[in-house]
Amino acid sequence: MLKALFYIFVFPGFLFLFTFGFIAEYVDRKLYARLQNRVGPPWFQPLADFIKLLAKEEVIPEEADVTVFRLMPTFALAAACTAILYIPIWSTHAVYHFNGDIIVVLYLLTVPTLCYFLGGWYSRSIFSMVGAIRALTQLFAYEVPLFLCLLASSLLADTWSISEMVAFYNNHLGYWFCNLLGFGVAIVALLGKLEKVPFDIAEAETEIVAGPFTEYGGRFLALLRMTFNVEMVVGASLFAAVFLPFGLNLPPVLLFVFYLIQVFFIIGVISFLRTLFARLRLDQMINFCWKYLAPLAFVQVLLNLILKGILPR
Amino acid sequence: MHDSNEVKIPIGPQHPALKEPESFLINLRGEKITSASVRLGYNHRGIEKACEERTYVQGLYLIERICGICSHSHSTCFVQAVEEIAGLEIPSRAEYIRTLVAELERMHSHLLWLGVAGHEIGFDTLLMYTWRDREIVMDVLAMLTGNRVNYGINTIGGVRRDIKPEHREEIIKAIGLLEERTKYYIELAQEESTLIKRLSGVGVLKPQDAKKLGAVGPTGRASGIERDARKDDPYAAYPELEFKVITAQQCDVYGRTLVRLGELMESYSMVRQIMHKIPDGPIAIKAPRKIPAGEAVSRYEAPRGEDVHYVRANGTDKPDRVKVRAPTLANVQAVSKMLEDRYLADMPIVVAAIDPCFSCTDRMIALRDTGKRKNNTVDWESLRLKGIEWYKKHGVDCSVLNKRLAQLRSGI
Repeated sequence: MLKALFYIFVFPGFLFLFTFGFIAEYVDRKLYARLQNRVGPPWFQPLADFIKLLAKEEVIPEEADVTVFRLMPTFALAAACTAILYIPIWSTHAVYHFNGDIIVVLYLLTVPTLCYFLGGWYSRSIFSMVGAIRALTQLFAYEVPLFLCLLASSLLADTWSISEMVAFYNNHLGYWFCNLLGFGVAIVALLGKLEKVPFDIAEAETEIVAGPFTEYGGRFLALLRMTFNVEMVVGASLFAAVFLPFGLNLPPVLLFVFYLIQVFFIIGVISFLRTLFARLRLDQMINFCWKYLAPLAFVQVLLNLILKGILPR
Repeated sequence: MHDSNEVKIPIGPQHPALKEPESFLINLRGEKITSASVRLGYNHRGIEKACEERTYVQGLYLIERICGICSHSHSTCFVQAVEEIAGLEIPSRAEYIRTLVAELERMHSHLLWLGVAGHEIGFDTLLMYTWRDREIVMDVLAMLTGNRVNYGINTIGGVRRDIKPEHREEIIKAIGLLEERTKYYIELAQEESTLIKRLSGVGVLKPQDAKKLGAVGPTGRASGIERDARKDDPYAAYPELEFKVITAQQCDVYGRTLVRLGELMESYSMVRQIMHKIPDGPIAIKAPRKIPAGEAVSRYEAPRGEDVHYVRANGTDKPDRVKVRAPTLANVQAVSKMLEDRYLADMPIVVAAIDPCFSCTDRMIALRDTGKRKNNTVDWESLRLKGIEWYKKHGVDCSVLNKRLAQLRSGI
């Protein structure tokens, strides 16, 4: 019982994720700024922003559905935090694992987007509603390629459990190389999930102010921003576990350090990618995802099906 | 009929996409714009009227502050009109200096626009890069005139500051640096796929529409209309400079981007020519305090398009009338045409593509009966009828009650 509480609240749950989320946000913002030839924020800026937002007044629009409006940020954050429990961090096995946990993780990672939709929709502001619809439409574009890539990786490992996938790729070093294409596609899809350029359509500042989050302020906004950080960390951790050579049979502490390196590598790739592009339009994004990303993901699935027959187990 | 699938989105008066208050009311079906209406008038400052209360020299300072970006354009345009009325022939060196500052201003305005355009399409990296490079030309302007924005270089009868010989080297060096950077941006505009995707085919303005709506400057030139006040009605030192009028055939935002980038390259070559050709001599002649009666219209190719000033003098030291037609006023009409059948996502960049400067362009709005061409004198009865009609349209109908009231009255 105490152990479970420790897992949930301290490590690898809330406390760890919060800290890691702040650091990840800092790294992302600093890298983004340096790549754009700016100075960037000091190291404590994400924390300072968080505290500032917590201290601000709560404003809820009169027409909004108060319960949904208040609940959604917490709900989104809780879902994103829960997902980490099934992802290995310091050993090849996660805190909890069972056959099929990858489905649960994917589901939990989808929940925040649905929360953004509901929160935005029930804000009843015109910008929020347009943003909410965009967020949901976007979901259908990037989710399929993302799921297919993860499916491909699990096909090769012949298991539905992330921990067992990690164990498999650990025992067959070099097999991760087969999933490189899927890794690339998944990173691009992750940009969509995190609503970052070029897929920040849902919160396109110059068009619809802040999309679903237009009406959010104070601690609700702080929680929503935290959710994005946690999502980034969890997404990067998931990719590190599934696509990258995770374990290398290292002892726990070294493995944890190696895990951090991998996560920061993925975050770095994301910040790098978002300096390169302009924001796409919704129709262009859907076209791109279905015309290029989804077929590429299918190629990866096919490739892994064939490789599964050829490669020794 | 009210279509339930349509939503109205107010872009402005306060909106992150707009740098100044202006209202665009967008009718949206899904992500598509069905119609758009523009409303001016949030930023009216009454500068034209204020000029009538001030002497010409005081007015010059006020005119310079019409726009924060093209301040030199407005002051030169005004000064040219005044000089024409007074019959002043300004020294050649002064004309060269005016042209130099004008072209430097065009550079910083176009670089600024490129950054803003990048921001509007979510390409913040472009914004950061261009604004960093823009600092180079801002520094040159500060070195030459002492100010970064309102240069205050013009005066009636010439300019107020001379170029020092040691400035020459620095200007040439800065221009070289900027040219290199601009070449990089041109390359980027030709190769970067998301940029091209977001810009081409967006905000189309066909040449005939551009002519009909009177689009000026890069907006018109990107629709293939070769119109440039520097060539058509040369002023200052432009007759002695060699340059091309850049046009594009794309008719869209992408074309406007290419035109502005091309104009930057032309500006660099012009500044080099100016530094080469600039004659020695005085920089100003003494202007009379009282300007003889007369009127003049002056044209000037501002970075955003043709700027027109009209000045009427009455023989005193104050103008009788000053009229400013800022380029944005000519271009803003075209925006609703450009927005037709586009996506909401295109709206910011379409508006930004005319490089709007709303505070320069803002007008007072007066109620006017377009049928009778009569100004806003409405008698009480017609106003009452108008009110009844308005409420009827919005679902409040008192005609039944009125009838009943009339019956009761006649009954008595």
